[in-house]
Amino acid sequence: MLWYLIRRLFLVIPTLIGVAIAVFFLIRVMPGDVVVVKLRADGADVSEEMIQAERKRLGLDKPLYMQFTDYMVGLAHLDLGKSLWTGDSVNKEIAIRIPVSLQIAVMASIIAVLISIPLGTISALYRDTWIDHSVRVLAVSGLAVPSFWLGMLIILALLALFNWLPKIGYVPLWEDPIANLSVTIWPAISVGYRYAAVATRMMRSALLEVMREDYIRTARAKGVWTRLIMRRHALRNALLPVVTVIGLEFAFLIGGLVVTEQVFNINGVGKLFVDATTRGDFNLIQGLVLFIATMFIFVNLIVDLLYAWLDPRIRLS
Amino acid sequence: MNNEVVSSLGDKAYTQPAATAAVRARVSRPVLEIDNLSVQFVTSHGTVRAVEGLSYSVYPGEMVAIVGESGSGKSVSALAVMRLLPPGTARIQGSVRFDGRELLNLDEEEMRKIRGRDVAMIFQEPMTSLNPVLKIGLQITEPLTIHLDMDEKAARARAVELLTLVGVTDPETRLDQYPHQLSGGMRQRVMIAIGLACNPKLLIADEPTTALDVTIQAQILELMKDLSRRLGVAVVIITHNLGIVARYADRVNVMYAARLVESGTAEKVFGHAFHPYARGLLSAVPRLDRGRSAKLATIEGAPPNLLAPPSGCRFRPRCRFAIDRCQEVPPLEPAEPEHLAACFRKHEMEMLDVAGQDAETAVKVGANGGAAPILDIKGVSKFFPVRGGMFSKTRHVRAVNDVTLDVKRGETLGLVGESGCGKSTLGRLVLRLDDPTAGEIRFEGIDIAHLKRGEMVAVRKKMQVIFQDPYSSLNPRMTVGQIIAEPMRVHDILPKPQIAGRVAELLQLVGLYPYMALRYPHELSGGQRQRVGIARALSVNPRVIICDEAVSALDVSIQGQVINLLEDLQHKLGLTYLFIAHDLAVVRHISTKVAVMYLGRIVEYAPSDELFANPKHPYTKALLAAAPIPDPVIERTRPRTIIKGELPSPLNPPSGCVFHPRCPLATEDCKKAVPPLRELGPGHPVACIHA
Repeated sequence: MLWYLIRRLFLVIPTLIGVAIAVFFLIRVMPGDVVVVKLRADGADVSEEMIQAERKRLGLDKPLYMQFTDYMVGLAHLDLGKSLWTGDSVNKEIAIRIPVSLQIAVMASIIAVLISIPLGTISALYRDTWIDHSVRVLAVSGLAVPSFWLGMLIILALLALFNWLPKIGYVPLWEDPIANLSVTIWPAISVGYRYAAVATRMMRSALLEVMREDYIRTARAKGVWTRLIMRRHALRNALLPVVTVIGLEFAFLIGGLVVTEQVFNINGVGKLFVDATTRGDFNLIQGLVLFIATMFIFVNLIVDLLYAWLDPRIRLS
Repeated sequence: MNNEVVSSLGDKAYTQPAATAAVRARVSRPVLEIDNLSVQFVTSHGTVRAVEGLSYSVYPGEMVAIVGESGSGKSVSALAVMRLLPPGTARIQGSVRFDGRELLNLDEEEMRKIRGRDVAMIFQEPMTSLNPVLKIGLQITEPLTIHLDMDEKAARARAVELLTLVGVTDPETRLDQYPHQLSGGMRQRVMIAIGLACNPKLLIADEPTTALDVTIQAQILELMKDLSRRLGVAVVIITHNLGIVARYADRVNVMYAARLVESGTAEKVFGHAFHPYARGLLSAVPRLDRGRSAKLATIEGAPPNLLAPPSGCRFRPRCRFAIDRCQEVPPLEPAEPEHLAACFRKHEMEMLDVAGQDAETAVKVGANGGAAPILDIKGVSKFFPVRGGMFSKTRHVRAVNDVTLDVKRGETLGLVGESGCGKSTLGRLVLRLDDPTAGEIRFEGIDIAHLKRGEMVAVRKKMQVIFQDPYSSLNPRMTVGQIIAEPMRVHDILPKPQIAGRVAELLQLVGLYPYMALRYPHELSGGQRQRVGIARALSVNPRVIICDEAVSALDVSIQGQVINLLEDLQHKLGLTYLFIAHDLAVVRHISTKVAVMYLGRIVEYAPSDELFANPKHPYTKALLAAAPIPDPVIERTRPRTIIKGELPSPLNPPSGCVFHPRCPLATEDCKKAVPPLRELGPGHPVACIHA
C-alpha cells in the first residue's frame, strides 16, 4: 500500500512536466499582447519604443526557446515567475487567493456528498415512485443549469425576497464565521449543485446495480433486514463508482468556480484566471493551469486511496 | 426436533447413524410441503408462467433433487419458497407450508425471521455470492447475531466451529480474510457454513457445485450429504447434473417447461422413468461407464417459450409418442407406489420406447495406427511471467510444462483436467494465439511454433476453434450470415458471389435453416448459437478443430445434439478434433484418445476405452471416482474415494511429482523427481512411479 502511494506520487512529476510544456506553447498561440493591453489600457497614446522597452524589461523579446528554458528552470525551483501585469510573483498572486477558492471548493464538495449519497440512495430504494422521479428531475436539472446562471438566480432571489445581498470581500472563517459563510455559501451552492447532481445519478444507478448482485440475494437469504443490507452490504459497494465520479468531476467544479466567482465578485483563483486570460498574462496563466492540474491530480490520488480503503480487493493485491 | 440435538456442534451427541435419520425421515411429517405452486412474471412482452402447479414435499434428513434444464422453473420455484423473488414483478400462488406454517401468507418481517434461521439457501456462484468488501467472519456471524442474538465473541467462536465443520483449514485466520483471498471451493464451503449457522431445518442448494471442479464438487456434495444425515437437515438440491442426483438424492423431481413431469425415489426414476422427457434426458447424457459404442440419443427441438407455451402437455411438440389426447394437460398421477408421472401414455412407455433404445451405432473412428500424425506436439511449455514488487524476482506461472502429444488425422484427442491445469492454454498454443516458451508444435509436418505472422495465416485456415460460450464468442452486431461469411472473406476462400450460397450450405450442414442467416445471435437459442459457431469454424474447410469446452454451457438434451453433430461432421469431412473439456463422460464419449493434465503436465495418456477401463495414475483414478454416474444402482455400490485438497498454485508448484500433496500413494521418492512418462501398456504412458 505504501509502495503504491510512493509510486503514484512519483508518477505525478512527469504528468506535471507534460502539463507545463503543453500550456507554455498553447498560450503562445493565443492572440493578444500583454504589453500592448497594459500600456494602452486607458487609451493612452504609447510609442512603439516604450512598448519595445517594456517587452525587453519583461523578457518577452528573447527567443521562444530561451523563454522556455527560463520557465522550466524556474519551475525546477518551484518559482512560477512574475506576473506580467502586476509584477508580483505568480506564487504570491495565487497564494493570496487560495483560501477563499479552496473554501468554496471544499464546501461545494461537502454539499455534493451530503446531498448525493442520501438522495441517490432514497431514489434507488423507492425506484419508479414519485420520490424517485422528483430526485431524478432535480438531478437532471443540476446537469442542465450552468452554475453562473444559478448564481445569478440566487442573487436575484436574495434581493427580491430579503432585499439583501452578500457583502463583497472575504473575511477568514476563523475571524468571523457568520460573515464568512454569508459570502461563501452562495457560490458553493451554485457550483455544488451540478456536482451533487452528477453524483446523485451515479449513486442511484450504482446502488440499483449492486442491489441486483448475488451477494445482496445472499444477505436477504440470511434474513438480514433491508436497512442493514443497505448500510452494510450495498452502500460500500455502490460508493466505489461514485467516488470515481466525484474525483473526475472535480475538474468541472473548478471550471464552474472560474465563472461563478465573477458572478459573486469574489476575488479568488477563478476570478484571477479570468483576469489573467483577458490580460494575456502568460506567466500567470501558466502558473494557474499548473496549480489547478496539481489540485486535480491530488484529488484523484485521494480518490484512489479512498477506493483502496473501500475495496479490499485493491488494498490487498 | 432435530434441532435440539444439534444445539452445540462441539458436542458429540449429534452424530447419529445415517440409517436412523433415513428411517425417521419416513415416519415424521414433512418439513416442507409445496402444493400447487405457480409463479408468473409480468413483463412488457406478456406474462411468463415460470412455475405451474408444482407440488412436492421434503422430509427431515432427506435430500430431494429438482432436475431440469435452464428455464424449466427449478430455481424460480426455490426462490419462491424463500420469498426472494422481486415483489413487484413476480406473482406467486398456491401454498408453501414450512413446518406446518404457510409461508406465502407471512408478512415480510415474519418471513425475514425464517430466512437464514429455519430455511437457508446456498447459491450457484460462490464467486459472486459473497460480499467482496466484507470479511468472511462478519458474513458468517451475521445470521447468528441477527437471529440468535449472540454477542460478537460467541458468534465468532461459533463461526470457527462452523468453518471446521465444513472442512475449512485454519478457520481463525479465514475469519479475517476477504472472499477474494479464498478459492472457489473454499468460498462454497463458507456459503454452506453460513447456511448452517443457525441449525436450519431446511437447506435449499441451487446448483451448489456447477461452478466447481469435479473433485471439489464431490467434496462439497459429500459434505452436504453427510451434514444432512448427521444433523437431520432436509436438503433440496437443484441441479441439471443427473450424475449428482443419482449419487446423492433420495428423491427426484423432474421439471420441464415450468411443470413437474416426473417425481419419485431416485432408484425408481432412474430405473424406469415413465415420462418421455425424463427418459430422453437419461439417455441423452453421456455416461462415464459407457464407451463410444452408440450415438447419443437426443431429444429433438428445444424447450418451449414460456411466454406462449403449447397447450396441453408442454412436451408434446418434441415428443415422439404424442397422441391427440396430449392436447389436454396430463395430470401428475401415481404410476406405481412412490412414483408419479404426468403422461397419458406412461404405462405404454416401456413398450413404445424400445425402438429408441438401440440408436444407430456411432461411427467408430479407430486408432489410425500407421498414419503420420497431423498434429505433433513435442516438449511444449508455456510460462507466463508474473511481475513481483520492485525488488522481488519475476516468477513464472507454469501453465503448460513439457507436454508431448500427437493426434492422427480423423482422431479426436480429449484433453481433460480441472480448471487451471493448462488444457485451454495448450489449445491456445496449438492455435498460436500464444507463443510457446519452449518446444515444437508440428502441424502437417511444419513446426508452427516458430512461424512468422504472415506464414501463420495459411495454417490458420486449416485450424479452427469452437469456444465454450456461444453467446459471447459471436459478435452481437453481426448477422449469423455475416458471422459465418467473415472467415471466408478474410481468407479469400470463395469469390464473393458464391459466399451466400456457401453460408446456406453450411447452415444446413450444422442442422440450421438457410433463412437463419439474416438473424442476429440474440434471436437464437444456446444450442443454435453453438451450431453457428461450428458453421463458422467449418467455413474455411479446416483439417483440425479445437473444441474448447464446446458443449459445457449447453443443457443436457442440447448437448447431446451438438455432440452427435460434431461426430457426424468428423465422419463426413474427415476432421480431427482436439477436444478440451472438464466433463469426463463427454470426453469419454467423443474421444479416441484421452490425455489427462494436472498442473501443466500430462500425467496419463491412452486410448479412450483403455484409459477409462484401466486408469493407472492416481489422479486419473481420483477424477473418475469423483465424477458421478447417472445411475443410483451403480452409484450406491461404487466405492467413494474422494481426494482431498485443491489444486496447488502453479506459481509455486510442489517439488517432484506435482500431484504428491494430494496423492494417496505418495512416498518420499515422489517429492524428489518429476516422474517420467512410462509406457504401462501399448500406447498408454503414465507419469507415476507407483502405478
